[in-house]
Amino acid sequence: MKKITKKLFQGSLSQLTIPLIAIALLLIFNLIRDPGFFSIGISHNNDGNAVLAGNLISIINGASELAVLAMGMTLVTAACKGQDISVGAAAAIAGSVFVKVLKAGSSISGLTVLLAFLSACVVAMLFGTFNGILVSVFKIQPMIATLILYTCGRSIAYWINGGATPTVSSHIITAIGSFIPGIPIPTPVLIVLFVAILFRLLFHFTSLELFTQSVGINQSAARLNGINPTFIKLLSFIILGVCVAVAGTIGVSRLGLINHETLLLDVEMDTILAVAIGGNSLGGGKFKISGSIIGAYVIQMLTITLYAMKVSSTDVKAYKAIVIVILVVIGSPVVKARLSKLINSIFSKKKETVKGVQG
Amino acid sequence: MQAEILLQMKGIDKKFPGVLALNGVDFTLRKGEIHALMGENGAGKSTLIKVLTGVYQKDGGEIMLEGKVVSIKSPQDAQNSGISTVYQEITLCPNLTVSENMFIGRETGSFINAKKREKRADEILQSLGIPARGSMQLGDCSLAVQQMVAIARAVDMNCKVLILDEPTSSLDDKEVNMLFNLMRDLKSKGVGIIFVTHFLEQVYEVSDRITVLRNGELVGEYLIEELPRVALVSKMIGKDLDELSALSESEEKENKESEVLYEAKGLSSSETKSFDFSIKKGEVNGFTGLLGSGRSESVRAIFGADKVNSGSIKIKGKDVKINKPIDAMKNGIGYLAEDRKRDGIIAELSVRENIILAMQVMNGMFKPISKSEQEAFADEYIKVLNIKTASKETPVGSLSGGNQQKVILARWLLTHPDYLILDEPTRGIDVGTKLEIQKLVLKLAKEGVSVTFISSEVEEMLRTCSRLIVMRDRNIVGELKGKELSQEQVMKTIAGGEAKNEKDN
Amino acid sequence: MKNLFGKRREPLTDTQLLMTITIGIFAVMYILAMALLGGGFLHTQQIFDMLNDNASLIIVSCGLTIVMIGGGIDISVGAVTSLVVMSCVLYLNNGGNVFVSILLALGIGLGFGLVQGFLISVLDIQPFIVTLAGMFFARGMTTILSVNPQKVDHEAFNRLRDAKVEIPWLGYVAKNGNLVPARLEIGVIVAAVVVIVIFILLKYLKLGRNFYAMGGNQSSALMLGINVKKTRFLSYLISGVLSGISGYVFMMHTGAGNATNAAGMEMNAIASSIIGGTLLTGGVGNVIGTLFGTLTLTTIKKIVVSSGLNDPWWQSITTGGMLCFFILLQSVVLSKRSKKKKS
Repeated sequence: MKKITKKLFQGSLSQLTIPLIAIALLLIFNLIRDPGFFSIGISHNNDGNAVLAGNLISIINGASELAVLAMGMTLVTAACKGQDISVGAAAAIAGSVFVKVLKAGSSISGLTVLLAFLSACVVAMLFGTFNGILVSVFKIQPMIATLILYTCGRSIAYWINGGATPTVSSHIITAIGSFIPGIPIPTPVLIVLFVAILFRLLFHFTSLELFTQSVGINQSAARLNGINPTFIKLLSFIILGVCVAVAGTIGVSRLGLINHETLLLDVEMDTILAVAIGGNSLGGGKFKISGSIIGAYVIQMLTITLYAMKVSSTDVKAYKAIVIVILVVIGSPVVKARLSKLINSIFSKKKETVKGVQG
Repeated sequence: MQAEILLQMKGIDKKFPGVLALNGVDFTLRKGEIHALMGENGAGKSTLIKVLTGVYQKDGGEIMLEGKVVSIKSPQDAQNSGISTVYQEITLCPNLTVSENMFIGRETGSFINAKKREKRADEILQSLGIPARGSMQLGDCSLAVQQMVAIARAVDMNCKVLILDEPTSSLDDKEVNMLFNLMRDLKSKGVGIIFVTHFLEQVYEVSDRITVLRNGELVGEYLIEELPRVALVSKMIGKDLDELSALSESEEKENKESEVLYEAKGLSSSETKSFDFSIKKGEVNGFTGLLGSGRSESVRAIFGADKVNSGSIKIKGKDVKINKPIDAMKNGIGYLAEDRKRDGIIAELSVRENIILAMQVMNGMFKPISKSEQEAFADEYIKVLNIKTASKETPVGSLSGGNQQKVILARWLLTHPDYLILDEPTRGIDVGTKLEIQKLVLKLAKEGVSVTFISSEVEEMLRTCSRLIVMRDRNIVGELKGKELSQEQVMKTIAGGEAKNEKDN
Repeated sequence: MKNLFGKRREPLTDTQLLMTITIGIFAVMYILAMALLGGGFLHTQQIFDMLNDNASLIIVSCGLTIVMIGGGIDISVGAVTSLVVMSCVLYLNNGGNVFVSILLALGIGLGFGLVQGFLISVLDIQPFIVTLAGMFFARGMTTILSVNPQKVDHEAFNRLRDAKVEIPWLGYVAKNGNLVPARLEIGVIVAAVVVIVIFILLKYLKLGRNFYAMGGNQSSALMLGINVKKTRFLSYLISGVLSGISGYVFMMHTGAGNATNAAGMEMNAIASSIIGGTLLTGGVGNVIGTLFGTLTLTTIKKIVVSSGLNDPWWQSITTGGMLCFFILLQSVVLSKRSKKKKS
């Protein structure tokens, strides 16, 4: 045990140390607070389907949009050394397009839903391309470039549906937002799994990972090795665009309506946080998608834990901030170095005292 | 020389995780001397300098300045005790003015008087003959001038000890001479100068004394008259020079008639004027000329590294278009860039990933090389090129300069190029590795690979190349072959007509 | 100017160039507005109103400009402003005194500056994350203090709030024949003092130049003997204190506290700084530019409203368009310059 703690603090474990510790701490904390917190039961929803229920399920379910966005954001961060702060606004646009297309048809069938999703994808990818061109061609820092869409994205979403917040009701939409009949696992969780597998396959069947990391670490060298950095950066934004469309669709399907002002509000901050908690450098370069996914779950678990402690939804931010600070402080290289020194000195002292007793 | 001792470092130790970078090193600097600090890469020169300037903290030993023990914990401490440093990379702020760069960080009081400062800066710059004005934005000056400004700053700090860490690598001959005059001037004023460089000629031109380090240990301290060049080199690499001289004797440079591999007519890029160039199969040629003469820019144009403006290119007699690096790579051209850190290595990626990178790019994004294949390639080239690394998964940034260079060489060799361009492959790396790279170049040529070799050291080029293209002011001014390949002839061609007059003056 | 003294004129520095462009565009835009829309734009009060409404934004932007010049970012400024407003409102309503409320405002700002500065400079944590946490914390604390809007009910404060500087000769004669003097709020005076102080700090103080050096090249700054940690710490400290001042000015303008106060202010402040010619990469920028950045942003919004496009979403779309324009302009201008330098 001592060896393990020593190892952890000396940073010889992978970048996942901090997010995993965070999850473990949150789990232990919740178990002490309420031993029944993590009990998973089977309940029946309105359609009479047997579905899984419980805090753990709602954590994993609730983090879905965040997890999907964090995956895309990781890629953008790695390639462009900066973050896209317009994902929330872009998701509102994608969600609006999704609803607009659904409303355009006379009835909602599987085909129209697919069509609507594809339209949302195309629109989100277009906005991703816009951001990507600013970043890759005009060489503007990502946060500044995406500030434009962040500022006016929700207004564009407002315009798409003429300022209204139309609702859509269909069993297909419900199935996407909550459960598919006969499957007890929430659909958004399955979608996250699906997207994660897609990323895995993407990295397995292409060398995108290597190219992205090369561009993020040393763009000039990457270019001289025949990689087109402009393309890689643009691509990362387009892939993020797809993630945005997926997140927007999940968000709309959950509620069955599009509210351009509140859909995935403030999600960009949580997304960037998920990437950082996952141990990825916000300065680009090497990355681990899995870290960001875990990061997303850490954030959601924290939020749900706070809700369970009867903290109101508006106040959650303050507590979240404290936890974030504690996490990053533990993770900061300065503190790590100090801690490992401290631990080393404690251990060496103990050894000495042991020796002293024996002597 | 019974000069007063200015700085004494005794038994300096410095440990890094897993490495003993300095092991009980002594170093003594006297007043009014120029003291060259020599050693291969990884010998501990930079570490010793960084300990002295407070960038690193020593783990043992003591530093005495004018007989008093000093503790140097930060670059500021060093400055305050009269130790100034000018680094190879410009350590100034490009967004500030020249005068600000000269005075910032060392003024007392909270307020600044820009006018007074600019006036003072102008005086200093003028007295040192530096072509800059105090009110200019530093970023608007050329790199050489920026370097001179850094020296002016150090000079104005009334430093007792001036450390020049590879100051000449971005300067041309004229500027180097200017710098040397400056150094001699300072020396006469009693400043002790520590001079770190890779250029042997410069050491012998300007230094009084040499201290040699090897593998983090002191080899010895010598007066310049007592240490011939050959002895110096052998002390640095710790082996006899037979091998080095053997290379030039035994390896006969073949000049056989063979087919033309690459031919460019009227090639020009955003950085070059238009030029013609061709190379035969299995030929080693070189581009030589002063820094800024256009030698690097020319090979960059061949590889498509800068924006290509015009030119028709034939490879093996077929017309091809090379506008981007990937075009060149697909046509069998490899290019090892001049600046290893900026354009070569991907520091945080592993040795394995760095080796397979170019091959992967050529294969395309959708045909990734499998992990086992990657490992096989990495293992093979680590062995072939004798790359010293803890494992193939070690980040390449943690390797020494020479080994990093070998990794990049491996990267290009793996693509099995027909034509390999090596721009300064031996810059800033140790003598042993230099030799290995030169041998490799000749071996490749024998196997039928055409190589363009660029080096700042003319000797090295004479040893390896069978044809030298000489450039001046972005123009090709001569082509030397066979008997013409002598140091004297090269110098003459580089200098051209005007240089003679200068010498006469 | 310099030519008068017989000195050689240097090419503009990056900072000067970008600032000049912004001021030029502002002038052209305002003159166009005067010519095409007339009305309010012809009165001095229009400019004064813009200043009255945006005094706190100007103050916050000044702090952010310093942080950005130093190569960092502080996105907590809006939330801290909001927290200061709420805290002071509640304090005053519970029978506090005005002087102490000012100290409270400064104290909160100072506290945020201290903690954020410590985390960023000493523990070397990414500024975006730290100030994001600061933003979350301040927003959360604001709602913990009160979810409902609170109006200040305090006699002494109300007198301070209603105090205005009247300048008759800049006023105009209303339709009924009465002279309406131009009115400036106290907050604008505070903002003016802040702008002047920060301008002097950045231009004539050693500390100010150290911010530029740090933003220009951090490792060089270290080598030049600048205490980078301390400098960075101070930049966040100043930004924190200015957020505190901004909160108080905000309260003097609105006279009430609301959990959604100053929502999105951080982004407006970043936008102002960028339009004013500050580069997020650091090392380039100026508070005068930032002041004009804020004015340019507000003018655009005013023009949009005056043109009859009253929907709030038009404002944000034009703001986005403006940002896009200036960001592209900066990028093009600077890349042209760097090309020129090469040749």
